[in-house]
Amino acid sequence: MMQTVRRMELKADQLYKQKIIRGFCHLCDGQEACCVGMEAGINPTDHLITAYRAHGFTFTRGLSVREILAELTGRRGGCAKGKGGSMHMYAKNFYGGNGIVGAQVPLGAGIALACKYNGKDEVCLTLYGDGAANQGQIFEAYNMAALWKLPCIFICENNRYGMGTSVERAAASTDYYKRGDFIPGMRVDGMDVLCVREATKFAAAHCRAGKGPILMELQTYRYHGHSMSDPGVSYRTREEIQEVRSKSDPIMLLKDRMVNSNLASVEELKEIDVEVRKEIEDAAQFATADPEPPLEELGYHIYSNEPPFEVRGANQWIKFKSIS
Amino acid sequence: MGFAGIAVGAAMAGLRPICEFMTFNFSMQAIDQVINSAAKTYYMSGGLQNVPIVFRGPNGASAGVAAQHSQCFAAWYGHCPGLKVVSPWNAEDAKGLIKSAIRDNNPVVMLENELMYGVAFEFPQEAQSKDFLIPIGKAKIERQGTHITVVAHSRPVGHCVEAAAVLAKEGIECEVINMRTIRPMDIETIEASVMKTNHLVTVEGGWPQFGVGAEICARIMEGPAFNFLDAPAVRVTGTDVPMPYAKILEDNCVPQVKDIIFAIKKTLNI
Repeated sequence: MMQTVRRMELKADQLYKQKIIRGFCHLCDGQEACCVGMEAGINPTDHLITAYRAHGFTFTRGLSVREILAELTGRRGGCAKGKGGSMHMYAKNFYGGNGIVGAQVPLGAGIALACKYNGKDEVCLTLYGDGAANQGQIFEAYNMAALWKLPCIFICENNRYGMGTSVERAAASTDYYKRGDFIPGMRVDGMDVLCVREATKFAAAHCRAGKGPILMELQTYRYHGHSMSDPGVSYRTREEIQEVRSKSDPIMLLKDRMVNSNLASVEELKEIDVEVRKEIEDAAQFATADPEPPLEELGYHIYSNEPPFEVRGANQWIKFKSIS
Repeated sequence: MGFAGIAVGAAMAGLRPICEFMTFNFSMQAIDQVINSAAKTYYMSGGLQNVPIVFRGPNGASAGVAAQHSQCFAAWYGHCPGLKVVSPWNAEDAKGLIKSAIRDNNPVVMLENELMYGVAFEFPQEAQSKDFLIPIGKAKIERQGTHITVVAHSRPVGHCVEAAAVLAKEGIECEVINMRTIRPMDIETIEASVMKTNHLVTVEGGWPQFGVGAEICARIMEGPAFNFLDAPAVRVTGTDVPMPYAKILEDNCVPQVKDIIFAIKKTLNI
């Protein structure tokens, strides 16, 4: 799975440089252990919400690489029919993909409230980054989640940089796992997929037992810049990036572990790589060949469950039909 | 921000929350959750994720609460695709619209009025039912008339009805339209009325620039009713200043019955 996420993100990088993907594109290569490890620690009936660095989660939550890449290229086969783009992908029990920094955290606490209300022992993983961690609405969410004992796992993906600002320059306290104050917190090695999985399992069990929210700080790293508009080397050194790649790459760490424990041979792992490459190539083919959404559908999906109506275009004579 | 987001999240996960702002002035802090998290989501997700939430609370001027607590948000929320915005005037509006808002699968902003909470109204028989609904997107003609169309929402509807009663004694018959819904606006009812009366005055509590009246005038110009106007459409609005505290100043910052009467007579060239 990590390999698929890695290859998918690198393909997105390629497509972006070819200008087939436009606008925002925030890649998570380097952080694969986070999305994959978390998914392994929860059930498909649990819920997850994150910010804009969301392609990995979109995949681990069940969408295909095809649908994800086609959404990035803005085609009708995209998971949001080309209406959302990189930051607005949704799936069952996956609430995006959110563009406004920090806004997803109260949303996640609200999803946790629904979990508690429905009484089905589901939990909500609510993710945010080291940058968003300093926002006021995060603390509002902490307060209400703790007060009402919501089954919310707050997860700070600390990749050391909020856009171009290092954590030391941004936060009075960089102990993000402690920032929840009255909420218990753990610091987790976000480059080790098994560590992430176990920590997630522990956190989920805590919430399911009705003990209220819990906080996890995943210490991780992104190889790319903040987004495709950021080369990522003006605020950190190439040496630093190289060092993480050679010592802490999540895929390498797992591979080494599996080979050294005789859980898999180098050849078996190579086979996986080959399959993944094929899957990504197919998906990229689809994403480049699929047509753009039809213009007639521009006005669709304004309201849910509503009789058709008309949407005004650039002038009063241009009208688009809107159906739900 | 915190609780508004929690309410939106709960709606996304399948509950049907009602998020109450003590007044809509406070919603300005939380407006990101209303617009970016609630209003736009169904569209951005390509129809996958709807948000069945109601945001309600008092809107607009109250009495002596000064500038930060007196703003009208009808134009702000009415601007955004993906939202529905309703504005009740009387008791049956309040009941019918809140029920429709809750049953609606989309984000609905209900702009109530603090000064109207305490006003008693005759409650018609059918409104007593627990399934009494007022459709969102449909205006109501509160008073039939032939000489001029007067359109308002919320508390000013009452002022328009009063103004119409005064003018009736002088032989001027006003058709008073209670918008009930700001978005989607029922422009058809207004157009049909203007095509009958040939004159239009809009009345609102909010500031004049880029307001509800401005939108009505623009749409009238673009539609069939324009050719039926015998005079330019006229707007009566709140005064274009932050709301002052002193009573005499505050009284002159909200449209009064006399201002509406004056505007009607000017439009009719009387």
